[in-house]
Amino acid sequence: MNTTDPQAAKRGRDEINLQLNETEREIMQVIRDFARNEVKPRAAEIDATAKFPEDLVKKMGELGLMGLPLPEEYGGLGQSYILFALMIEELCAACATTGLVPDVNISLGAEPILMFGTEEQKQRWLPQMCSGEKLGALAITEPGAGSDAAGIKTTAVRDGDEYVINGSKVFITLGGVAETYVTSTVTNPELKDKHRHMTDFVVEKGTPGLSFGQPMHKMGITGSPTVEVFYDNVRVPVSHRLGEEGDGFKITMDTLDAGRIGVAAQAVGIARSALEDCLEYATQRKQFGSAITSFEGIQFMLADMATAIDAARLLTLRAAYLHNQGLPCARESSMAKLFAGDTAMKVTTDALQIFGGYGYIKEYPAERHMRDAKITQIYEGTQQIQRLVIARDLLKKLRA
Amino acid sequence: MNIVVCVKQVPEPTGTNRIDPKSLRILREGVDSVLDPADEFSIEAALQIQEANPGTNVVVVSMGPDRALEAIRRGLAMGANKGVLVSDANLAGSDALTTAKVLAAAIKRENPDLVLCATESSDAYTGMVPGGIAHHLGLPLLSYAKKLTLAGGKVQIERQTEAGFQRVEAQLPAVVTVTGSINTPRYPALKGIMQAKKKPVDQLTAADLGFSPEQVGEKGAKEKVLGWAPAEQRKAGTVIKDDGTAATQIADFLAQLKVI
Repeated sequence: MNTTDPQAAKRGRDEINLQLNETEREIMQVIRDFARNEVKPRAAEIDATAKFPEDLVKKMGELGLMGLPLPEEYGGLGQSYILFALMIEELCAACATTGLVPDVNISLGAEPILMFGTEEQKQRWLPQMCSGEKLGALAITEPGAGSDAAGIKTTAVRDGDEYVINGSKVFITLGGVAETYVTSTVTNPELKDKHRHMTDFVVEKGTPGLSFGQPMHKMGITGSPTVEVFYDNVRVPVSHRLGEEGDGFKITMDTLDAGRIGVAAQAVGIARSALEDCLEYATQRKQFGSAITSFEGIQFMLADMATAIDAARLLTLRAAYLHNQGLPCARESSMAKLFAGDTAMKVTTDALQIFGGYGYIKEYPAERHMRDAKITQIYEGTQQIQRLVIARDLLKKLRA
Repeated sequence: MNIVVCVKQVPEPTGTNRIDPKSLRILREGVDSVLDPADEFSIEAALQIQEANPGTNVVVVSMGPDRALEAIRRGLAMGANKGVLVSDANLAGSDALTTAKVLAAAIKRENPDLVLCATESSDAYTGMVPGGIAHHLGLPLLSYAKKLTLAGGKVQIERQTEAGFQRVEAQLPAVVTVTGSINTPRYPALKGIMQAKKKPVDQLTAADLGFSPEQVGEKGAKEKVLGWAPAEQRKAGTVIKDDGTAATQIADFLAQLKVI
């Protein structure tokens, strides 16, 4: 799907078009109304109870949000990745847990199948993800392999028309509630090239030998289950293999390249929500006889927060634009995720500071935003890994 | 079965209407305009009938400037089949009776079995248009429906009253006004928004409906708006200090308001 034409890639960096057409504006209006009226009022309760918002996921499926940028022939709406990023931002501004669900379903569950699956595989799994009836998830991380994705130990051994998978995964978002798990395995441990020994399979819930741990107790995004996944002699037919043997590392990396756009959009949404809550509070809060917004110390903090959020949003939308054009976007999506994640952490921390003591208690949303923000610096590649991706791309260009 | 739903585009109702001091009309330029939220209930009611009776044709009809097409599109995105927009510079300044007359002419072309309207618009509030439409079409008007059922060629409603409700019915075709308690309007599915662009919208002028410029708009208006004034500021509340009788005082106050 990605073009390798360097001229096109260069044009894509110099010329970004973020203009929405009339239909896209109307779609965003519905998403905004839905996020504000249906999702936001539920955010505190979802956070406090750590309960997966099944009803909201059902509604998002009915509205068409669960497959927004996926092709229409597989039940999606064929809309742009720019609109996808705006949707994830809007939903995460309302509730970081709820917004995470379509992001994971689309970016991690569906995209690897869309990019590397056969026509039959796409027909089999994508429509159920687009309708939201059965969600998709991605299972890479293992207890001993996080940033070092090629260091996984889960194995898949060919046995006739089947593969037998053994091993375990950890920190799997939507684990247990999702129906399909794009699972990274090692099929050729003897290979010296650690980037050619991996193979990905689509493993369906209910396959004998596949089981899930209890949802982990998390700091933030508490309503989305994060679990361990166990593979005990799990047999999958060859028709569940994505690409060829040895394609696994590339599939994983390409998936994460684009997937980071969603995390960046989530971070922008969380930061924006923190600023909006903070503005509302600060205009009402009076100290020394006037609203605290009349103090320059507060004004400067607010100005810095707003500037960083806009910068993060523009980086995110640029990466989304490149991805939408089918251009390489690894560096740009890493920059977006790095900057947006750090912005979310900084903005939510400053917002809590402006709330003062009220920010520190759970009756106000400031501490929730701060807890939700932290994960965006960790998952889908830590901030340190993002810097590696960016630096390697820069240096590769210099050598070329 | 054909259902016509009357809709109107209004300035975003969360804002305050700005009035042109000269014409005394609501300023519609430079303000966010939306499908009147009150109309979403009538559209939803029509769509629920459509879902229960496949083959039902739902047409949204509006009179307004060209941009009122956006309100019609919202109705189409929710699931209506067709739109009709009566738009004509000569119609500007029409009073409620003229509006009803023009809308009735547009509705008649659709050969409706049922005409649904909100009880009143969220901007001008005359509440006269549905009655006027019923008059011009020679149809019965069932007003303030909080529930609506169709059976045996009749429409039956529960009419909201202060004390409870009345059950009323009429032979179809009929005009029904619905209240905000009749249903919960759906969000338009995003696919619906994409498809709405492809649905037909008839654009009509006053002349198309057989009206001369003198019969409509400001010239044809029999009602004249003399002025506008903002609602009175809400008065400060009463503070009751508890001297042991506060509960009784609050109860008395609520009883006075007939809320308990």
